[in-house]
Amino acid sequence: MEHVAVWIAAFLTLGIISFLYKDNPWYKLSEAIFVGISAGYWFVVLFWDNIYGKFWVGVFPPDVVDEAGNFVSHGVPDYALIVGAVLGVLMLARLLPGVGWISRWPLAFIVGCTSGLYLMNYFSSNIMRQVQGTIIPLFGIGYGASVYEIIGNIVIVGGTFAGLVYFFFSKEHRGAFGATAKVGIWVIMITFGASFGYTVMSRMSLLIGRIDFLFGDWLGLIK
Amino acid sequence: MRREVPLFITFFIGMLLIFSVFIPPMESLGEDFTVFFDIIAVFAFFLGGGNLLRVHVSKLTRQKRDWQYSIVTLLGFAVTLVIGLFKIGNPGGIAAAPTAAGSLFQEIFDYCLVPLGATMYSLLAFFVASASYRAFRAKNREATILLIAAFIILLGRTPFGTVVTGWIPESFDVLQVPNLAVWIMNAPNLAGQRAIMIGIGLGVVSMSLRVILGIERTYLGEDKS
Repeated sequence: MEHVAVWIAAFLTLGIISFLYKDNPWYKLSEAIFVGISAGYWFVVLFWDNIYGKFWVGVFPPDVVDEAGNFVSHGVPDYALIVGAVLGVLMLARLLPGVGWISRWPLAFIVGCTSGLYLMNYFSSNIMRQVQGTIIPLFGIGYGASVYEIIGNIVIVGGTFAGLVYFFFSKEHRGAFGATAKVGIWVIMITFGASFGYTVMSRMSLLIGRIDFLFGDWLGLIK
Repeated sequence: MRREVPLFITFFIGMLLIFSVFIPPMESLGEDFTVFFDIIAVFAFFLGGGNLLRVHVSKLTRQKRDWQYSIVTLLGFAVTLVIGLFKIGNPGGIAAAPTAAGSLFQEIFDYCLVPLGATMYSLLAFFVASASYRAFRAKNREATILLIAAFIILLGRTPFGTVVTGWIPESFDVLQVPNLAVWIMNAPNLAGQRAIMIGIGLGVVSMSLRVILGIERTYLGEDKS
């Protein structure tokens, strides 16, 4: 059985790789399988995790038992989850002509939830903590920091400030402000270069993984 | 009613979650609402699944270009769905997790979805290489800086980088490519990341406030009537 599965995996892998030659029926077939299976997979996973695991088990909790399997107490149902399910069902109103506007209610809940949570989380993690992390020593006398570390700290503080100046578009980038913004764009270019380098490395490691699968698991040429 | 109720829900829920951070007994509200959020998201996914069916059935019935592949997509979707929902081929039966080891559903994941996804993403290595050839020609100072940073990071993460600059004496070891790559990641890259993150943070905070206060309403769409 596993042998057949490996052949199927190899067939699909080669089908996707065949796109490097040109768009062809083998690639389109693999792509269609990918779309269908991935939609079905996430549908099933979300159903069992959220509808069953969170809603059903939450509203109809199983009895609490001890290690020997003896009944201890009834589970405590969380009826508030029904509100979530009702909002979810209202989302389907979009399919019904005339009452489609009701689907805005769950949408408004999601948008309100996301806004409220993100506002505080981003303020805390993306603003406060990053600013806090940038307040670091800029000279080493009495602090035991090496020249190497101090130069790094100066680059971090100056680079962050210059990067923020670059993102400030309410003032024309001219004079000293423009020069700082120019340094800011250089720092951001280094960040993009580093991100690019890492992206290429991760894609390469995926490719090596697929080639390893084809020549190892499938053809058995790599032991 | 059609716009006022959603605007009120957004305002009420948003403000409730903001205040809950400052009121200890309400601290778990965020987690509770996240569960609601997850349940609603499944129904949104149902809509997505329904849309997938509608698009491919329409393509099939109208025999549009490449309609044959729609049969494959629909079959893949239906087969995975039936196997996963009814836990067909699951050694633990209906009580076991759908992704239990040895289940048919997990085999589909391991031998179809993983190879397809990994190969699809690995193909990007080729496209990134060809795109970078066009984009990375050092046409100006900014492009040159990006090119040099990417080159050092790429070289510093391979054994080749160690071999090429291994001769540099220890007193100047910061100039060895692997160390230089680490320094770029820890200093200028960190500075750029911080500037971007603070910018994103400020953008999210202002956008969230606009949404909660009802200034930003595009998520409601337009009334057709």
